[in-house]
Amino acid sequence: MTKKELIKRVHERIEDYPAKDVSYAIHVIFDAMARALKKGERIELRGFGNFTIRRRRPILGRNPRTTDIVHVPERKIPFFKVGKELKDMINSSGDM
Amino acid sequence: MTKIDIIQDVYEKLGFSKKDAARIVESVFDIIKDSLARGEKIKISGFGNFSVKEKKSRRGRNPQTGSEIEISARKVLTFKSSQVLRKALNG
Repeated sequence: MTKKELIKRVHERIEDYPAKDVSYAIHVIFDAMARALKKGERIELRGFGNFTIRRRRPILGRNPRTTDIVHVPERKIPFFKVGKELKDMINSSGDM
Repeated sequence: MTKIDIIQDVYEKLGFSKKDAARIVESVFDIIKDSLARGEKIKISGFGNFSVKEKKSRRGRNPQTGSEIEISARKVLTFKSSQVLRKALNG
């Protein structure tokens, strides 16, 4: 499912608003989440999961082809930990 | 940030009622959850992808007692953040 399909399915549930508004609302939701992560904030969505920022320490690597030393600085990576409710939903969905 | 902050943002930017802003935010996460439960992959451009991966059963050990146990087959949810988001975090 892409963002476009998500918009369509949400709109089927909330028909009293134009699709354009639903589309903008979904854009606002993910934009708000991205901005929170940029500020280093964690996001807690009950029943869904939590997003946190993890740091990857800097590494002094090598380009395996040229053997040049490359310096990879410290990086921040968004990390998602699935919530219990969603974890259970995924595992109880039968067909293994 | 919690769901309430997201609802507030939708409310302020869209002029929906508080109740409708809450309804739309809840719907978005409900629909994502239902799709993931069915094993569907979710792709949100600019944010990231959620996908369900199947793990085979394997032998593990209880780290406390050292006894061998069978870890059953299960599904796990993985999130891969989009390059756009990672760039924004490190910019």
